Amino acid sequence: MKAFTYERASDAKAAVRAAAETPGARFIAGGTNLLDLMKLEIEQPQHLIDVSRLPMAGIEETATGGLRLGAAATNSAVSADERVRARYPVLSEAILAGGSPQLRNKASVAGNLLQRTRCAYFYDTSKPCNKRQSGSGCGALEGLNRNAAIFGASDACIATHTSDMAVALTALCADIETLTPSGDARRFPLADLHRLPGETPHIETHLIAGELITAVVLPPPPPGAQAYRKVRDRASYAGGLASVAVAGGQVALGMVAHKPWRAEAAEAALSSGASASEAIAQELAGASPLGRNDFKIPLVARLATAVITDVAGRAA
Amino acid sequence: MSSVNDWAAPNPVTTNRSGIIGKPVDRYEGPLKVTGTAPYAYEVQPPSPPAYGVMVGASIAVGRIAAVDTAEAEAAPGVLTVWTHLNVPAQPARGTKAHPRSTQGSKPAFESDRVTYWGQPVALVVADTLENAVAASHLVRLTYEAETPDVDFRARLADAGQPLGEQDMEVGDFDGGFAASAVKLDETWVTPIQNHCQMEPCASVVWWEGDKCVAHTSIQMVKPAQHGLAETLGIDRDAVHLLTRYIGGGFGGKGQTYDDLTLAALAARALGRPVKVAFTRQQMMHGTIHRPATVMRVRLGAEKDGRLNAFSIMTWTHCHKEGSFTEHASNFARALYAAPNRLTGHRLIKLDLPHAGPMRAPGEASGTMSLECAMDELAEQLGLDPVELRIRNEPPVDPENGRPFSQRQLVRCLKEGAQLFGWDRRLPTPGLVRDGRWLVGMGMAAAIRGNFLLPAKCSFSVDADGVITVRQGMTDIGTGTYTVLAQIAAETLGVTLGEVRVEIGDSELPPAPGSGGQFGAASAGSAALAAGMNLRRAIAELATGDPNSPLYGDDPTLVTFQDGVVAIENKSETLATLIRRAAPAGLTIEGDSRPAADMREWSTQTYGSHYCEVGVDTVTGEVRVRRMLGVFAAGRILNYKTARSQLTGGMIWGVGSALTEGNVVDPRYGSLINQDLAQYLVPVQADIGELDAIMLDEVDDKANPMGVKGVGELGNSGAGAAVANAIYNACGVRVRDYPITPDKLLAGLIAKGL
Ligand SMILES: Cc1cc2nc3c(=O)[nH]c(=O)nc-3n(C[C@H](O)[C@H](O)[C@H](O)COP(=O)(O)OP(=O)(O)OC[C@H]3O[C@@H](n4cnc5c(N)ncnc54)[C@H](O)[C@@H]3O)c2cc1C
Ligand code: SF4
Repeated sequence: MKAFTYERASDAKAAVRAAAETPGARFIAGGTNLLDLMKLEIEQPQHLIDVSRLPMAGIEETATGGLRLGAAATNSAVSADERVRARYPVLSEAILAGGSPQLRNKASVAGNLLQRTRCAYFYDTSKPCNKRQSGSGCGALEGLNRNAAIFGASDACIATHTSDMAVALTALCADIETLTPSGDARRFPLADLHRLPGETPHIETHLIAGELITAVVLPPPPPGAQAYRKVRDRASYAGGLASVAVAGGQVALGMVAHKPWRAEAAEAALSSGASASEAIAQELAGASPLGRNDFKIPLVARLATAVITDVAGRAA
Repeated sequence: MSSVNDWAAPNPVTTNRSGIIGKPVDRYEGPLKVTGTAPYAYEVQPPSPPAYGVMVGASIAVGRIAAVDTAEAEAAPGVLTVWTHLNVPAQPARGTKAHPRSTQGSKPAFESDRVTYWGQPVALVVADTLENAVAASHLVRLTYEAETPDVDFRARLADAGQPLGEQDMEVGDFDGGFAASAVKLDETWVTPIQNHCQMEPCASVVWWEGDKCVAHTSIQMVKPAQHGLAETLGIDRDAVHLLTRYIGGGFGGKGQTYDDLTLAALAARALGRPVKVAFTRQQMMHGTIHRPATVMRVRLGAEKDGRLNAFSIMTWTHCHKEGSFTEHASNFARALYAAPNRLTGHRLIKLDLPHAGPMRAPGEASGTMSLECAMDELAEQLGLDPVELRIRNEPPVDPENGRPFSQRQLVRCLKEGAQLFGWDRRLPTPGLVRDGRWLVGMGMAAAIRGNFLLPAKCSFSVDADGVITVRQGMTDIGTGTYTVLAQIAAETLGVTLGEVRVEIGDSELPPAPGSGGQFGAASAGSAALAAGMNLRRAIAELATGDPNSPLYGDDPTLVTFQDGVVAIENKSETLATLIRRAAPAGLTIEGDSRPAADMREWSTQTYGSHYCEVGVDTVTGEVRVRRMLGVFAAGRILNYKTARSQLTGGMIWGVGSALTEGNVVDPRYGSLINQDLAQYLVPVQADIGELDAIMLDEVDDKANPMGVKGVGELGNSGAGAAVANAIYNACGVRVRDYPITPDKLLAGLIAKGL
């Protein structure tokens, strides 16, 4: 691990100011992702600004009947919140499908959204990886890429976003609130947070350098039932092979793209009366598997069909 | 007085008067481990502040180091020294034995500029702190001349040859028998590379006391490690004091030392201060041994009634280019089922992959994954119950060599397991039991694992407080050795467990073979029993020869030992009183044991059966184990708790082998892809469901004087096959390429129209 300096921010404004003023600064919340990556020198921040104790860990009602999740709220707190469980069960289920209790106790809302991919070549610093080292090539492209993306990948990067929580938030049409380095508050759809890899897979979000996520805002839950299901090699404590979040007629897919994948084609088909399997087939028409991950096509088709059908049945 | 070499006579362990043998007592060292106060090698506090060594692994699989630039690393904060092959202290050539009776020769680190596997340690950075050493290790610049790695096992099968000095075992006429059989099966199974993934990575801390090298390391076998280190350092064997008090898992992967030990010793000598060196989790994957992949072809020819007429299992496997290790996945089958025409053997290909080596139940663990599924498939072809098929092929004597079995309760294991598990509720036709989105099925497999006894020594002392101390150069790799040695001592000397101390894991103690091949408890325990018997005799003679003892003048062979009292009929005194008076400095005596002369006249194995119920998610191809039961016959059980834990641990390993575990080689680099425990998936709690292991009453008096055999590996044998067979029974899909991950199973489900 490279030597670094550390400060605990006193408030959000001070945090963004420090980030703007200190070269190589990064926020740290639970540290469950960032510290692991620092130990392997995949991340090499020179300065850490601890935002885990900022007063943004609360969960509160919004004026429009939604919920605001503080960026520093732990994954455990969000998944256990009565209001979340009653009104956004898909979110609670998604969080509980991720990591282990120990990780969820430390992991924050913002950190979870910004967790980095689990691509094995990204983790092995002796292999080329455009995400880790821009321009070095993509080790996974011709490699063992069973878990690669089927949507929106590029030759520069075929990695997936591995958050469970973000898939549910995407299906729930959440917004995020931030504080820019100049101290201005911003709000925009979560769907616009992450980028597709294109030629620059090392740039993963549309955040400005040093921009602090302060909250995730959930609109009132859509009508209808909700469900999250994740497919994984073992029963717990494993990244997914694919996942689906359904909230009423809103559908998002996980572990299939560089970002949580809003299944817009499927949603459109559903709203015009298509069956679940027809709708997901529409979505998958846009998929481009690579060989080793071909199985994700039937897997997603079956998984999404089952969950959409199940949710529709429960709503009826 | 009974002698241990006189196996027929009853001894305290077989008499078990106080009942402590077999009792599920808690681990001797349990409180230390659960309070975090048992120092594992890296945590041992050296006499003065240590320096920290961090190794750098090669990032090519084969080739040479063309250039070395350590300037930046050397200039980094806190760095004390940086070594590569260019400047590492001289060490005797590999394999050198200055002492002809060394059990291990020199194992030099950084031998040359040659790289023979990915991740091979090629540089060492030593610094004042671990953080500084790690940071500087990233600054070592090595330039390689890489050659194309020859690592694609599956592509090289045709080039595999007979392992050196081996022959296929053929009995009768396999080809003829197979051709003439009414029902035939010919299928191929594939198992992947597995990594040991011990909780505790390999680690060492070494310091020098004058000319004496004190080394704490994590190792399964003390003596070879001590000898190997002495040979590598070019010093006298007695000048190495090697200790391994607590070990966080070995599984065969710590049956040998690695460069952490050599480099820590060399650096401690060069720097004149203690040095710690450990492998990282990532480095463990390449830098230590692994269980190699196998391809196994099984051919079974049977009569319509199920009796096997022809039987063959041939295994292809791989090892390092300079190695010779062979995964003997066909061997176990030689003693399992009767068949007049038999062919078993192995083919080995040497690759530019890291070193292959033994892992828990080497041979059986992989081999049963094919044969025990083949038996399931054959049973279906025959329309026979898989349990019944196995019973019909039960051999009266060892089918390969005609030797009588010392004990063989396989059929009882099969039958009792079937009954306890509710096997009669299994529907033979797959795919009929549905539970919501799950298809549910049951599978079973037989378990077998060879039994070994190795020579061992042990010493027993009694002190003036009547406390018994067991000393042995044995190891406890988490299996329960401390505990069973204490139990043997307590029963033999008639004292409570609270009056027994156990000191093991030390090269200066009487040598024992260590832990491996499930020979530990039997080998170490037999020597402990011998030492205990010798101490009994010494104490009895002390009492009957001491005019101040109430036992004075009596026949020493009549002395009994119970509740801390030595007695003959109504004459008695406490052990402590006797020793305090007659031998205030205490008594110490050694004992040893070795296999009986007639050991080879018997076929001695451990046996078991596995029963498993799984659910298969028909939507996703996910498999979840619902319940699993193993029934085992493994001789006398010394401690039902630690033995059960070994057996269930083995069964869980089998679940991992069937469903999740395995590493994959990227042939472009010659490296393994899964490098941490988030990528290399072993089962977690949620994967296991209901699990139990039952041990049948058994005493194998041909195995050793205690009638004990091993359990450390038996649970692993067959467990994975039971899972695979349950998957088939659930959904009708056979996946013969392990692990059975959702992607593979899904393809089968789709092909079946599910
Ligand atoms: C073994 C393992 C298994 C896992 N399995 C899963 C799984 O199955 N599913 C899943 O979804 N996740 C999984 N995770 C990932 C886990 O969810 C993340 O590590 C965690 O959510 C990150 O949260 P954190 O607060 O610890 O983030 P940190 O590690 O502190 O930070 C992560 C990133 O977020 C940035 N950051 C943090 N807070 C802010 C903020 N307020 N504003 C802007 N940037 C910020 C940091 O700079 C950093 O780049 C797993 C992790 C591990 C180690
Ligand atoms: S897929 Fe992306 S993360 Fe993985 S190696 Fe390629 S560039 Fe790196």
